[in-house]
Amino acid sequence: MSEFLQQLINGLSLGSIYALIALGYTMIYGVLRFINFAHGDVFMLGAFAGFYMAPHIIPFFGGAGILPALTVMLLTMVICAIIGVIIEKLAYRPLRSRPKLTVLITAIGMSLFLEFGGQLVFGPDPKLYPALLPSANIVNAKDLVIGTNSVVVILTALVLMLILRLIVFKTRLGTAMRAVSYDHRAASLMGINIDTIISFTFIIGSGLAAAAATLYATVYPSINPLMGIMPGLKAFIAAVLGGIGNLYGAAVGGVLIGLIETFVTGYVSPILRDAIAFGILILILLFKPSGLLGKFEAEKV
Amino acid sequence: MARTDFRLLSVVCIVFSFFAAGCGGGADQNEVLIGEYSSLTGTTATFGQSTHRGMLMAVDDINSAGGLLGKTVKLLTEDTQSKPEEAATAVTKLITRDKVKAIVGEVASSRSLAAAPICQSNSIPMVSPASTNPQVTQKGDYIFRVCYIDPFQGEVIAKFVFNSLKIRKAAILKDVKNDYSIGLAQYFDETFRKLGGEVAATQAYSEGDIDFKAQLTALKAFGPEAIIVPGYYTEAALIVKQARELNMTMPFLGGDGWDSGKLIEIGGMSMNNTYFATAYTADDPSPVVQKFVQTYKTRFGEPPDAMAALGYDAGKILFDAIGRAQSDDGARIRDALAATKGFVGVTGLITIDPDRNARKSAVIIAVNDGKLSYKETIQPD
Repeated sequence: MSEFLQQLINGLSLGSIYALIALGYTMIYGVLRFINFAHGDVFMLGAFAGFYMAPHIIPFFGGAGILPALTVMLLTMVICAIIGVIIEKLAYRPLRSRPKLTVLITAIGMSLFLEFGGQLVFGPDPKLYPALLPSANIVNAKDLVIGTNSVVVILTALVLMLILRLIVFKTRLGTAMRAVSYDHRAASLMGINIDTIISFTFIIGSGLAAAAATLYATVYPSINPLMGIMPGLKAFIAAVLGGIGNLYGAAVGGVLIGLIETFVTGYVSPILRDAIAFGILILILLFKPSGLLGKFEAEKV
Repeated sequence: MARTDFRLLSVVCIVFSFFAAGCGGGADQNEVLIGEYSSLTGTTATFGQSTHRGMLMAVDDINSAGGLLGKTVKLLTEDTQSKPEEAATAVTKLITRDKVKAIVGEVASSRSLAAAPICQSNSIPMVSPASTNPQVTQKGDYIFRVCYIDPFQGEVIAKFVFNSLKIRKAAILKDVKNDYSIGLAQYFDETFRKLGGEVAATQAYSEGDIDFKAQLTALKAFGPEAIIVPGYYTEAALIVKQARELNMTMPFLGGDGWDSGKLIEIGGMSMNNTYFATAYTADDPSPVVQKFVQTYKTRFGEPPDAMAALGYDAGKILFDAIGRAQSDDGARIRDALAATKGFVGVTGLITIDPDRNARKSAVIIAVNDGKLSYKETIQPD
């Protein structure tokens, strides 16, 4: 029983990070109808931003703790938001009227550019992400250990998702965002500035990726320029699993993928982990092509 | 008119540059070309960087001593990005385009295994500095290594766990995508059972994984007194770190794949109570080692790790063989390499056995308080 609980905690903490990244995929898809493959690499840049900032910020606060951790996370989010907007302006905006496939290929190109450009700039070897929070165990039994890190990850992810929900459903900007995601042209006829809304979507999406990166690097402190690939892919799968374009779907999908991975590794076989996780994805999509919480949308003619 | 001339000129230029590139370095008669393929980037970048530095020092040594066969030695290095498929490409390029006479590489067995058949079919001798999987040199009679092999390394770890740590119940967490890790796990398992120990459970991960808590939680349920992680430093450090977070305080052990400064950098104080087997330690007081350590420190600003020492020995043994062969012909270099006996390397006395493997001792390094310390030496039987 305690082994099960332990795996549950492990899976939840991994899943909430996937969920945060998945939210970025799903938001950008919702507004622009394309998969931003460079999203996982913005996540990587977030980890490196924290890596370079933390050694200057931690001493300023006189040691690791909640305040320096929050500062690093917020600054990382700002940096990644700026990077996200720049990527959109440079690479995606000029292609907006072109076929979706063109933008998709550009996104893959941007992703490879960031990965291998990162190897050039940061160096290819793994680096140690500094500890932002002193870690301790909340539950410290023989068979069940719950560390502060796992709890911080799960809670932070929850809080961020609640804030996101407030922004999307309770603010004018959020309303405009939802309008744009329904219909670009109609929204612009209503006087909504499409460019501003798209930039705003990239700000939020990339900011969430940055927050995920800070949490991820706190739990798994070895970072390298290719670290965004797998979590990015898993989060993308999570977004599709939950129903791409749907915010709740991304959150549920992320947590599910995290749990499935952990339980398959722990109870079945680590070798089959990805095969089973992705097998489940195929099954769900066979029976529910729009994802768990997605709505089926007929192609507009 | 002028425009056409310009086009013609550029075509001629392009053709010539292809031609020049095609002939590669082979044009210079005063150089012996030695190829090296190495993981300068990627997940095991520090291995490649270290062996490369060792090779550079070996090349400098031989050139300042007057070179080989009356020529200077020129080293051509290709990056494998820590990927087996790149290793095959790199070696093909070195042999067919650059026409190197002999090749040094790689650290990872999976990459050496990808490159060895290519060297063998081109009759170009290959010396691996650190690939410990037995299959590497079984690829053919042109393939050599200067490190010990996994059966010996697995035996060393098993003996150390059983005899020195007095542990009877162990578990294994191996990298299933890696020939080195699978081999080492198997030989540890065999020896440990033969000695009378019990391997309670085996779990697996893949290189590049970052979360190991699921596997560790599963292993913990079996109550092992020690856990063997026969993988590479990045994953090993993360595994131990996460194990300590799960209150798993038992010793963790690994092989030479752990031997990198990054191990402690990533693992920090979690690495206390861990041990690994490797070929060499910079603490060795012998003058050969100390001279190497000093020169390396002055040149690169940090003490050499085992990979640097093995890279250096690989170069030295190859140059020694070419010198004795008095020829840069592949078959003659091969025969001279096979005849290497009692070579005084920085990683110990090296004798090449009939299977083209090196017979030499291993050392056990203990990690405590963020520092490495020499624990004991285990000799081959």
